[in-house]
Amino acid sequence: MSFLYPLVGGALVGLSASAFLLLYGRPSGISGMVAAVLPVPPRAGEPSTITDDRGAGSLSFVLGLLAAGAVARLVWPQAFGAAVAPIGLVVVAGLLVGFGTRLGGGCTSGHGVCGISRFSKRSILATATFMAVAMVAVLLVGLLGVA
Amino acid sequence: MESAIETHAVSPSRAVSLALAFTTGALFAVGLVISGMTDPAKVRGFLDVTGAWDPSLAFVMIGAIGVHAPLAYLIAKRRAPVLAPSFSPLAKVVDRRLVVGAAIFGAGWGIAGYCPGPAIVSLVGGPLVGLAFVAAMAVGMVLARRFGARGESVASDTCS
Repeated sequence: MSFLYPLVGGALVGLSASAFLLLYGRPSGISGMVAAVLPVPPRAGEPSTITDDRGAGSLSFVLGLLAAGAVARLVWPQAFGAAVAPIGLVVVAGLLVGFGTRLGGGCTSGHGVCGISRFSKRSILATATFMAVAMVAVLLVGLLGVA
Repeated sequence: MESAIETHAVSPSRAVSLALAFTTGALFAVGLVISGMTDPAKVRGFLDVTGAWDPSLAFVMIGAIGVHAPLAYLIAKRRAPVLAPSFSPLAKVVDRRLVVGAAIFGAGWGIAGYCPGPAIVSLVGGPLVGLAFVAAMAVGMVLARRFGARGESVASDTCS
Protein backbone atom coordinates (compact mmCIF):
# COMPACT_ATOMS: atom_id res chain seq x y z
CA MET A 1 0.00 0.00 0.00
CA SER A 2 1.63 3.18 -1.21
CA PHE A 3 0.22 5.36 1.57
CA LEU A 4 1.48 3.24 4.45
CA TYR A 5 5.19 4.12 4.24
CA PRO A 6 4.58 7.88 3.97
CA LEU A 7 2.12 7.69 6.88
CA VAL A 8 4.49 5.69 9.14
CA GLY A 9 7.51 7.80 8.15
CA GLY A 10 5.54 10.98 8.77
CA ALA A 11 4.46 9.72 12.19
CA LEU A 12 8.12 9.13 13.11
CA VAL A 13 8.94 12.68 11.99
CA GLY A 14 6.10 13.94 14.20
CA LEU A 15 7.40 11.87 17.11
CA SER A 16 10.90 13.29 16.65
CA ALA A 17 9.56 16.85 16.48
CA SER A 18 7.60 16.21 19.69
CA ALA A 19 10.63 14.81 21.51
CA PHE A 20 12.72 17.79 20.42
CA LEU A 21 10.07 20.26 21.57
CA LEU A 22 9.71 18.48 24.93
CA LEU A 23 13.48 18.41 25.50
CA TYR A 24 14.63 21.75 24.10
CA GLY A 25 11.50 23.88 23.86
CA ARG A 26 11.82 24.84 20.21
CA PRO A 27 10.60 23.54 16.86
CA SER A 28 12.85 21.14 14.96
CA GLY A 29 13.13 23.27 11.86
CA ILE A 30 15.90 21.76 9.77
CA SER A 31 16.76 24.86 7.73
CA GLY A 32 17.18 26.84 10.94
CA MET A 33 19.38 24.19 12.50
CA VAL A 34 21.56 23.87 9.41
CA ALA A 35 21.92 27.67 9.25
CA ALA A 36 22.87 27.69 12.94
CA VAL A 37 25.78 25.33 12.42
CA LEU A 38 27.28 26.91 9.30
CA PRO A 39 30.92 27.73 9.95
CA VAL A 40 30.41 31.40 9.22
CA PRO A 41 31.39 34.01 11.77
CA PRO A 42 28.30 35.64 13.28
CA ARG A 43 27.68 39.30 12.61
CA ALA A 44 28.48 41.79 15.30
CA GLY A 45 25.92 41.55 18.06
CA GLU A 46 24.69 38.09 17.14
CA PRO A 47 25.23 35.22 19.55
CA SER A 48 27.76 32.67 18.43
CA THR A 49 25.88 29.71 17.07
CA ILE A 50 28.60 27.12 17.50
CA THR A 51 29.63 27.78 21.06
CA ASP A 52 26.33 28.22 22.87
CA ASP A 53 24.02 25.40 24.01
CA ARG A 54 21.49 26.05 21.30
CA GLY A 55 24.11 25.82 18.58
CA ALA A 56 25.52 22.63 20.10
CA GLY A 57 22.05 21.07 20.20
CA SER A 58 21.48 21.99 16.55
CA LEU A 59 24.85 20.55 15.57
CA SER A 60 24.09 17.26 17.36
CA PHE A 61 20.68 17.05 15.69
CA VAL A 62 22.22 17.65 12.23
CA LEU A 63 24.91 15.04 12.93
CA GLY A 64 22.11 12.62 13.84
CA LEU A 65 20.45 13.33 10.48
CA LEU A 66 23.74 12.72 8.64
CA ALA A 67 24.61 9.53 10.56
CA ALA A 68 21.17 7.95 10.26
CA GLY A 69 21.11 8.88 6.57
CA ALA A 70 24.46 7.17 6.03
CA VAL A 71 23.26 3.99 7.77
CA ALA A 72 19.94 4.07 5.91
CA ARG A 73 21.77 4.31 2.60
CA LEU A 74 23.68 1.13 3.46
CA VAL A 75 20.67 -0.93 4.53
CA TRP A 76 18.03 0.50 2.18
CA PRO A 77 19.77 2.15 -0.80
CA GLN A 78 16.68 2.11 -3.01
CA ALA A 79 15.05 4.72 -0.72
CA PHE A 80 17.52 7.26 -2.12
CA GLY A 81 16.52 8.18 -5.64
CA ALA A 82 18.76 9.77 -8.22
CA ALA A 83 18.74 13.49 -8.98
CA VAL A 84 15.92 14.64 -11.24
CA ALA A 85 17.67 17.70 -12.65
CA PRO A 86 21.09 18.38 -14.22
CA ILE A 87 23.72 19.56 -11.76
CA GLY A 88 23.66 23.20 -12.88
CA LEU A 89 19.95 23.40 -12.17
CA VAL A 90 20.40 21.56 -8.88
CA VAL A 91 22.91 24.20 -7.76
CA VAL A 92 20.45 26.97 -8.64
CA ALA A 93 17.76 25.09 -6.72
CA GLY A 94 20.06 24.74 -3.71
CA LEU A 95 20.73 28.47 -3.67
CA LEU A 96 16.99 29.18 -3.83
CA VAL A 97 16.21 26.69 -1.06
CA GLY A 98 18.93 28.08 1.23
CA PHE A 99 18.06 31.73 0.62
CA GLY A 100 14.29 31.26 0.64
CA THR A 101 14.12 29.16 3.80
CA ARG A 102 16.11 31.76 5.75
CA LEU A 103 14.17 34.71 4.37
CA GLY A 104 10.88 32.95 5.06
CA GLY A 105 12.04 31.63 8.43
CA GLY A 106 11.49 27.93 7.81
CA CYS A 107 11.00 24.99 5.50
CA THR A 108 8.88 21.87 5.23
CA SER A 109 9.76 20.84 8.79
CA GLY A 110 9.65 24.15 10.68
CA HIS A 111 6.62 25.61 8.90
CA GLY A 112 5.06 22.51 7.33
CA VAL A 113 5.13 20.19 10.33
CA CYS A 114 5.90 22.15 13.52
CA GLY A 115 4.12 25.40 12.60
CA ILE A 116 0.96 23.85 11.16
CA SER A 117 0.75 21.58 14.22
CA ARG A 118 0.50 24.73 16.35
CA PHE A 119 -2.03 26.24 13.90
CA SER A 120 0.40 29.14 13.33
CA LYS A 121 -1.03 31.56 10.75
CA ARG A 122 2.50 32.39 9.63
CA SER A 123 3.35 28.77 8.97
CA ILE A 124 0.06 27.96 7.26
CA LEU A 125 0.60 30.88 4.86
CA ALA A 126 4.24 29.93 4.27
CA THR A 127 3.38 26.28 3.62
CA ALA A 128 0.54 27.13 1.23
CA THR A 129 2.94 29.47 -0.61
CA PHE A 130 5.88 27.09 -0.99
CA MET A 131 3.64 24.18 -1.97
CA ALA A 132 1.86 26.24 -4.62
CA VAL A 133 5.08 27.69 -6.04
CA ALA A 134 6.75 24.25 -6.03
CA MET A 135 3.82 22.86 -8.04
CA VAL A 136 4.15 25.69 -10.56
CA ALA A 137 7.92 25.13 -10.72
CA VAL A 138 7.43 21.43 -11.51
CA LEU A 139 4.92 22.36 -14.20
CA LEU A 140 7.29 24.90 -15.77
CA VAL A 141 10.30 22.58 -15.62
CA GLY A 142 8.19 19.96 -17.40
CA LEU A 143 6.92 22.40 -20.02
CA LEU A 144 10.39 23.76 -20.72
CA GLY A 145 11.81 20.27 -20.77
CA VAL A 146 14.89 21.35 -18.83
CA ALA A 147 14.77 18.49 -16.34
CA MET B 1 4.32 18.15 35.90
CA GLU B 2 6.29 19.20 38.95
CA SER B 3 8.84 16.45 38.56
CA ALA B 4 9.98 17.80 35.22
CA ILE B 5 10.89 21.17 36.68
CA GLU B 6 12.92 19.45 39.35
CA THR B 7 14.55 17.34 36.67
CA HIS B 8 15.73 20.53 35.04
CA ALA B 9 17.09 21.87 38.32
CA VAL B 10 19.27 18.75 38.51
CA SER B 11 20.54 19.61 35.05
CA PRO B 12 21.74 16.45 33.30
CA SER B 13 25.17 16.51 31.80
CA ARG B 14 25.77 18.26 28.56
CA ALA B 15 26.80 14.98 27.00
CA VAL B 16 23.40 13.43 27.70
CA SER B 17 21.68 16.48 26.24
CA LEU B 18 23.75 16.34 23.07
CA ALA B 19 23.26 12.57 22.74
CA LEU B 20 19.50 13.06 22.96
CA ALA B 21 19.62 15.78 20.27
CA PHE B 22 21.62 13.39 18.08
CA THR B 23 19.09 10.59 18.66
CA THR B 24 16.16 12.88 17.88
CA GLY B 25 17.86 13.90 14.63
CA ALA B 26 18.44 10.25 13.74
CA LEU B 27 14.76 9.45 14.36
CA PHE B 28 13.76 12.38 12.15
CA ALA B 29 16.02 11.03 9.39
CA VAL B 30 14.59 7.51 9.65
CA GLY B 31 11.10 8.99 9.31
CA LEU B 32 12.10 10.93 6.18
CA VAL B 33 13.71 7.87 4.59
CA ILE B 34 10.75 5.56 5.30
CA SER B 35 8.30 8.18 4.06
CA GLY B 36 9.91 8.43 0.61
CA MET B 37 11.04 12.06 0.98
CA THR B 38 14.64 11.15 0.09
CA ASP B 39 13.59 10.19 -3.45
CA PRO B 40 13.47 13.42 -5.51
CA ALA B 41 11.48 11.71 -8.27
CA LYS B 42 8.76 10.82 -5.76
CA VAL B 43 8.72 14.40 -4.43
CA ARG B 44 8.42 15.65 -8.01
CA GLY B 45 5.53 13.23 -8.54
CA PHE B 46 3.76 14.66 -5.51
CA LEU B 47 4.19 18.21 -6.79
CA ASP B 48 3.23 17.32 -10.36
CA VAL B 49 -0.47 18.03 -9.86
CA THR B 50 -1.13 18.74 -13.53
CA GLY B 51 0.69 15.61 -14.69
CA ALA B 52 1.09 12.10 -13.31
CA TRP B 53 0.20 13.17 -9.78
CA ASP B 54 1.28 10.83 -6.97
CA PRO B 55 -0.57 12.07 -3.86
CA SER B 56 1.02 9.55 -1.48
CA LEU B 57 3.47 12.03 0.08
CA ALA B 58 0.53 14.03 1.44
CA PHE B 59 0.38 11.25 4.02
CA VAL B 60 3.80 12.29 5.34
CA MET B 61 2.29 15.56 6.51
CA ILE B 62 -0.87 13.84 7.72
CA GLY B 63 1.20 11.39 9.78
CA ALA B 64 3.58 14.04 11.10
CA ILE B 65 0.91 16.60 12.03
CA GLY B 66 -1.41 13.87 13.32
CA VAL B 67 1.24 12.86 15.84
CA HIS B 68 2.83 16.25 16.53
CA ALA B 69 -0.24 18.48 16.88
CA PRO B 70 -1.74 16.71 19.94
CA LEU B 71 1.68 16.15 21.53
CA ALA B 72 2.74 19.77 20.96
CA TYR B 73 -0.53 20.88 22.56
CA LEU B 74 0.21 18.79 25.66
CA ILE B 75 3.87 19.84 25.79
CA ALA B 76 2.90 23.53 25.58
CA LYS B 77 1.02 23.15 28.88
CA ARG B 78 4.32 22.57 30.68
CA ARG B 79 6.07 25.46 32.36
CA ALA B 80 9.40 24.61 30.76
CA PRO B 81 10.98 22.05 28.47
CA VAL B 82 13.07 19.30 30.07
CA LEU B 83 16.56 20.38 29.01
CA ALA B 84 16.20 24.13 28.45
CA PRO B 85 15.20 26.91 30.84
CA SER B 86 12.18 28.02 28.79
CA PHE B 87 10.27 27.58 25.56
CA SER B 88 11.78 29.71 22.77
CA PRO B 89 9.65 32.65 21.67
CA LEU B 90 8.46 32.26 18.08
CA ALA B 91 8.06 34.83 15.35
CA LYS B 92 4.46 35.90 14.82
CA VAL B 93 4.87 38.51 12.10
CA VAL B 94 3.13 37.82 8.79
CA ASP B 95 4.92 40.00 6.26
CA ARG B 96 6.24 40.12 2.73
CA ARG B 97 9.53 38.49 3.69
CA LEU B 98 7.68 35.41 4.88
CA VAL B 99 5.76 35.01 1.63
CA VAL B 100 8.63 35.94 -0.69
CA GLY B 101 11.00 33.64 1.18
CA ALA B 102 8.52 30.76 1.06
CA ALA B 103 7.99 31.35 -2.67
CA ILE B 104 11.75 31.31 -3.37
CA PHE B 105 12.11 28.12 -1.33
CA GLY B 106 9.18 26.54 -3.17
CA ALA B 107 10.78 27.26 -6.55
CA GLY B 108 14.00 25.50 -5.51
CA TRP B 109 12.11 22.60 -3.95
CA GLY B 110 10.14 22.03 -7.14
CA ILE B 111 13.20 22.21 -9.38
CA ALA B 112 15.40 19.76 -7.45
CA GLY B 113 12.87 17.75 -5.45
CA TYR B 114 14.92 18.33 -2.29
CA CYS B 115 14.00 20.33 0.78
CA PRO B 116 16.64 20.84 3.51
CA GLY B 117 15.95 17.73 5.65
CA PRO B 118 16.04 15.08 2.92
CA ALA B 119 19.05 16.82 1.31
CA ILE B 120 21.04 16.53 4.54
CA VAL B 121 19.89 12.93 5.11
CA SER B 122 20.96 12.01 1.56
CA LEU B 123 24.39 13.64 1.85
CA VAL B 124 26.74 10.98 3.25
CA GLY B 125 27.65 8.32 0.71
CA GLY B 126 25.46 9.94 -1.91
CA PRO B 127 26.32 11.24 -5.36
CA LEU B 128 28.21 14.48 -5.97
CA VAL B 129 25.02 16.20 -7.10
CA GLY B 130 23.63 15.90 -3.54
CA LEU B 131 26.74 17.53 -2.14
CA ALA B 132 26.42 20.29 -4.74
CA PHE B 133 22.83 20.93 -3.60
CA VAL B 134 23.77 21.13 0.09
CA ALA B 135 26.79 23.37 -0.62
CA ALA B 136 24.64 25.72 -2.70
CA MET B 137 21.98 25.68 0.03
CA ALA B 138 24.59 26.70 2.61
CA VAL B 139 25.72 29.55 0.37
CA GLY B 140 22.10 30.65 -0.04
CA MET B 141 21.67 30.66 3.74
CA VAL B 142 24.76 32.80 4.23
CA LEU B 143 23.60 35.19 1.51
CA ALA B 144 20.21 35.50 3.24
CA ARG B 145 21.99 36.30 6.49
CA ARG B 146 24.00 39.03 4.78
CA PHE B 147 21.10 40.32 2.72
CA GLY B 148 18.20 40.30 5.06
CA ALA B 149 19.58 40.77 8.53
CA ARG B 150 16.64 42.58 10.03
CA GLY B 151 17.45 41.89 13.63
CA GLU B 152 17.22 38.23 14.47
CA SER B 153 14.37 36.94 12.37
CA VAL B 154 16.76 35.65 9.75
CA ALA B 155 19.87 35.23 11.83
CA SER B 156 18.30 33.10 14.52
CA ASP B 157 16.49 29.87 13.90
CA THR B 158 12.96 30.83 14.83
CA CYS B 159 11.79 28.34 12.31
CA SER B 160 8.12 29.19 12.32
